[in-house]
Amino acid sequence: MQDKNSSYNKNRFDLKSITHTSGFSSFTSALMAIFLGLIFGFIVMLVAMPENSLAGFQYVVFGGLNRIGDVFYFATPILMTGLAVGFAFKMGLFNIGASGQYTMGMFFAIYVGFMWDLPSNIHWIVAILAGMLGGMIWGFIPGIFKAILNVNEVITSIMFNYIGMYLVDMIIQGSSVMYISTKTRTNYLPASVQIPSLGISGSNVNFGIIFAIVIGIILYIVLQKTTFGYELKATGFNKHASEYAGMKGKTNIIITMIIAGGLAGLGGAFAILAPSAIAGSSMTYEPINIIAANGFNGIAVALLGNSHPIGIIFSSVFISHIQRGGTLASLVGYKPEIIDVVIAVIIYFSAFAMIMNSALARFIKKRVDKKHAAMETKEGEAVQSDLDEVSDNGREEAE
Amino acid sequence: MDIVYYLIQNMLPVAMPLLLVALGGMFSEIGGVVNIGLEGIMLFGAYIAALFVYLVQNTGMNPQIVLLLGMLIAALAGLIYSLLLSFAAVTMKADQVITGTSLNMLIPAAILLFSKMFFNSDGITTNMNFYIREIPVLGNIPVLGKMFFQRTYLTVIISLIFLIIAIIVFYKTKFGLRLRACGEHPHAADSVGINVHRMRYAGTSISGILAGIGGFFYSVGIMDGNVNGHTGVAGFGFLALAVMIFGQWKPIRIFIAAIFFAFLRTLAYSVALIPFLYNLGINQNYYKMMPYLATMIVLAFTSKKSRAPKAEGIPYDKSQR
Repeated sequence: MQDKNSSYNKNRFDLKSITHTSGFSSFTSALMAIFLGLIFGFIVMLVAMPENSLAGFQYVVFGGLNRIGDVFYFATPILMTGLAVGFAFKMGLFNIGASGQYTMGMFFAIYVGFMWDLPSNIHWIVAILAGMLGGMIWGFIPGIFKAILNVNEVITSIMFNYIGMYLVDMIIQGSSVMYISTKTRTNYLPASVQIPSLGISGSNVNFGIIFAIVIGIILYIVLQKTTFGYELKATGFNKHASEYAGMKGKTNIIITMIIAGGLAGLGGAFAILAPSAIAGSSMTYEPINIIAANGFNGIAVALLGNSHPIGIIFSSVFISHIQRGGTLASLVGYKPEIIDVVIAVIIYFSAFAMIMNSALARFIKKRVDKKHAAMETKEGEAVQSDLDEVSDNGREEAE
Repeated sequence: MDIVYYLIQNMLPVAMPLLLVALGGMFSEIGGVVNIGLEGIMLFGAYIAALFVYLVQNTGMNPQIVLLLGMLIAALAGLIYSLLLSFAAVTMKADQVITGTSLNMLIPAAILLFSKMFFNSDGITTNMNFYIREIPVLGNIPVLGKMFFQRTYLTVIISLIFLIIAIIVFYKTKFGLRLRACGEHPHAADSVGINVHRMRYAGTSISGILAGIGGFFYSVGIMDGNVNGHTGVAGFGFLALAVMIFGQWKPIRIFIAAIFFAFLRTLAYSVALIPFLYNLGINQNYYKMMPYLATMIVLAFTSKKSRAPKAEGIPYDKSQR
């Protein structure tokens, strides 16, 4: 009896050491959110067009596998904006301005591409760095507004999404070198700024994805192994405590926002300098007064990846995967917007999937405990009856 | 002088959605729930109401009655949609900003999906005319009549009525006081027997109603009754949040702030009609940037002494008392 109990405890301990890490619980809650989101998408498809729903759903879930190159190609920019949102999130800042930073990065890269004449082996590198600089500037502004003037970074970065978008459109439309008014878009960038392709046949996946993944890993190291990363997370957990411990909260806010902006700017540069998959999808920019969608997709990526750099790498590939699937679903008559609906639902659930998960875990635990309690009371009753017998015997003896 | 009349006549239909949505945001936040999903709620209300207008536009109903009915439908739609936020943010204690963002992302996509499937377009186009050339009697008042009661929409008057109701609810009712208590110090409110969860549901629901109506008024006053999934409400939900912060979570100041932004925006879009500004030859995108830049400048000066509700954004957890 004793042995059985201890071995049971030991087993439970082992299982707990895996299931009770924060990484595991965020992974399961992400899975749960994805599951619920996909179910919702399937229901929408079922309502819209019952006869094709299974085929369409199959495309959404597995379609991306046939176009793995495209999946990585389109994952690159959202991986970068995802890192931009997630990195700021670690600090407790909600960087909804990734769109503006992304647009700025794009613009700076375009500017270097058109205006600077450099040898082709360094031109694209300079353009990428310029993109990073553009994003950094656009991240610096909300940072300084937050740190010095106490303006909520959500409002600032939303406003600067619009300001950046109008500003870029204005400058591009004003430049005769970049803009062709008859085509209402810019000229094609010179080939010297194009990021080299990885050479996988049938896709335009390029060095951008490699850079992006390396940057993600570097961020992981920064967050886990450096003093700055520690201070960042500490400030995110408890602003007042970290300040009390002597960390410079305001400086850290500005630095975080600069880094986040730089990441999103890199995303913009990677997107615009990539070899085009579809004509007009990159190497040229169309000023149409619309905020870059990739910035908002970055929010989805970051939330799904639980703001963890490695998690974000996987979630960006996943989001890109179902987006490709959504495009393929149009083969059987569905609109690709179904994926945006699915992503929104995934985020909605991921906001409280953690709580739902722990509630579920509590529920299961309660049931298990109840069983145990029942068993224990049975045992207890047995002991009690033994005792009663003993006392009865004693009484009899006394008589 | 004609330009002044023109600007005021065009400014009011722009100001009113901002006012209503900012008031909605205020009711949500003084209850302690940050409602960043206003943009999505607006668009949802606008879309459902436009759908209603689309269905009845050929039945020969009086446009103003359609407007009123559409308003009720938009309010209902906004209320229902905001319940998603309440459920996640209040009952499930989820992060309010994330939830709001997901609500914002869902609606444009859903509208595009629905419209492409059923109308083969990006939104709904209606051809009902809600425009009022001149309100009888009131329109004849010398200067004011021309400013406020000519070439206008019924939305202006309705919105002002809502403003008055909001002021009364905010300052003069038990409900308003209790709601504010829930946003400032929910634990104290709970200790005197106020149901914090229920009050927060109420606050968010009011914001849903007002944002839904605001969205519909936006489509009536600015988009000629059309709704489009691509442009949506052009960031008015976010602008309304800025208006609310500028207005320091107080109804009358919010009204002034809304007028201020609406004026700037109207100015930006009527540059071509004002000879002085047009002759300067500045790119129109620059004027379009103006409302957002002005928001930032104003916020930079007002945020230092911000009077935000103390408990906003923090889910209420009874066990932490």
